[in-house]
Amino acid sequence: MEKESKSKNRREFIQSGARLTLALALGSVSGLALSKVVKDDYVWQIDPFECTQCGRCATDCVMTPSAVKCVHAYDLCGYCDLCGGYFKPDANQLSTAAENQLCPTAAIERKFIEEPYFEYIINEDLCIGCAKCVEGCTSFGNGSLHLQIIHDICLNCNECSIARVCPSDAIKRVPASEAYNVKGDFSKKPES
Amino acid sequence: MKKIKYILYLLIFAFYLLPSHLSAQQQRFPKPEFESGYEQPSTVTPEPRALSLEYFDVLVLLAVLSLVTWLILKKRSRQGVLWVSIFTLIYFGFYRNGCICPIGAIQNVTLSFADPAYAISLTALLFFLFPLVFTLFFGRTFCAGACPLGAIQDLIIIKPISLPKWLNKTLGLIPYIYLSLAVLFAATGTDFIICRYDPFVGIFRMDAKFLMVVLGISFLLVGMFVARPYCRFFCPYSVLLSWMSRFSKRHLTITPSKCIQCKLCSNSCPFDAIDYPTDEKEVVKSGLGPKRFITYALLIPLWIAAGVFVGERSHTFLSKANNDVYLAELLISNPEIKNDPDNIDVQTFLASGKTMETLVEEAGGIRQKFYYGSMIAGGFIGLVIGVTLLNTVVFRKRQDYVPQKGNCLSCGRCMDYCPVEE
Repeated sequence: MEKESKSKNRREFIQSGARLTLALALGSVSGLALSKVVKDDYVWQIDPFECTQCGRCATDCVMTPSAVKCVHAYDLCGYCDLCGGYFKPDANQLSTAAENQLCPTAAIERKFIEEPYFEYIINEDLCIGCAKCVEGCTSFGNGSLHLQIIHDICLNCNECSIARVCPSDAIKRVPASEAYNVKGDFSKKPES
Repeated sequence: MKKIKYILYLLIFAFYLLPSHLSAQQQRFPKPEFESGYEQPSTVTPEPRALSLEYFDVLVLLAVLSLVTWLILKKRSRQGVLWVSIFTLIYFGFYRNGCICPIGAIQNVTLSFADPAYAISLTALLFFLFPLVFTLFFGRTFCAGACPLGAIQDLIIIKPISLPKWLNKTLGLIPYIYLSLAVLFAATGTDFIICRYDPFVGIFRMDAKFLMVVLGISFLLVGMFVARPYCRFFCPYSVLLSWMSRFSKRHLTITPSKCIQCKLCSNSCPFDAIDYPTDEKEVVKSGLGPKRFITYALLIPLWIAAGVFVGERSHTFLSKANNDVYLAELLISNPEIKNDPDNIDVQTFLASGKTMETLVEEAGGIRQKFYYGSMIAGGFIGLVIGVTLLNTVVFRKRQDYVPQKGNCLSCGRCMDYCPVEE
């Protein structure tokens, strides 16, 4: 009887010792993590100046269609008639005919404002984030069209599946309070 | 005279500086000034999910954990746990799309230690910690009803079969390997494999790559007969939880007062997590004894050494999962690929202006991390194998039917089978 209670005591001692060790381990992990914890949450966002318009945003997002959409920084737009983001390089005329459009889903709406200026509006529901227009606008125009992750669509995966395949590492975690890198407000970081 | 010359130089200098400064801001096609009173629309940027809602999720987790714990330890109600797990499945599964979850938070914690530039968000840290703390005090009540991945598998168990003990033990080693790899990949900034290969997230989102949907559905199909296969044989978080649970202060008990050895509960556990009373005679016959114990204990260092060796051998292979290492290797082994216009990664690297030396140096640094990391991971797995083997020859005297504290998922099914009244 005495032997049994002895072994029981020993077992309990080991149990509580191990429990204390685990508690201390948990405490130190949380303490270490707390030393650099941030209250703000993270979201994923594209740095438009690092984006190379490779087209993977359209194919590698967990959402179909992608949570990456083209946004238009109107402040930077030249309102060109011959818009590099709207027309195919070999367009036969500057009209809204589908065969002239660069966008595979006709997500850009072209509207006449006054001679010789046209406004371009992105229809987010149609945009698939393929960056074809961004490429055109960046190489022939002002670069006012650029890709951004739209946060009411993005699921904010723990690791963004596009960021993993982004060839230029343009997709980064940003604080949720500054969730967008829209050109104009967001400018290229000076070379250090 | 000298002074005037000096001022002149300064003026010329300013003259050169000014236009170049301006042209940096200038557009190829300046924005027109409209005469027709055109109003420029503003760029729409919808806000991300409010931070307060993220904290609300933490509160929900805390509430669900407390409720399940109360249901298991005080109320002893399997029915209640079932309803809570349905809520968990709907809220954390289908509404929150399986993200944020404590299993994936392992990687965030790891990365926050490994990468000085990354700071973990408080919500992710709390999601990682709360289930572990609860488990340390009350057993794996998190698995019972607060984990969406567990809930979806728990609800589809139809006819669980009992696996032989050796198979259970062997498959039970996979979570250790998975955890080691997940920590290794997260620490080197390579990948978050737990999230990437989460089999059920595609079902929660009703949208995933074909292969992931197949994986999720096959897990569910297998799960009808082998109960909760992901939880028992894959979940990396289960490793931490079972450590906590093994030494938990309190734990689910099959019987509310005293076991009467009626054996009614013996087949009730779909997870083979009930230990039967030991038959001392059989133990003596099988020859398990101090001799074997000592042999197995002495084998542990050998297992660790073997693990370190395997880790060292495999680090080159593992490091190829890292994009930078992969690219560097590709460019060195296959230089003609530079002329391939379809290889986006190579073309982007060439256009970025980064030199080959920098890339190779970076890749070398990452491979060095893999070198040490793989050895640590291998040693850890070796230790686990050694200790698991040692455990098979340790004899513990039991008189009653009791849950295995480490592996019991606290689902509470066995409680319903116990005829003993309080």
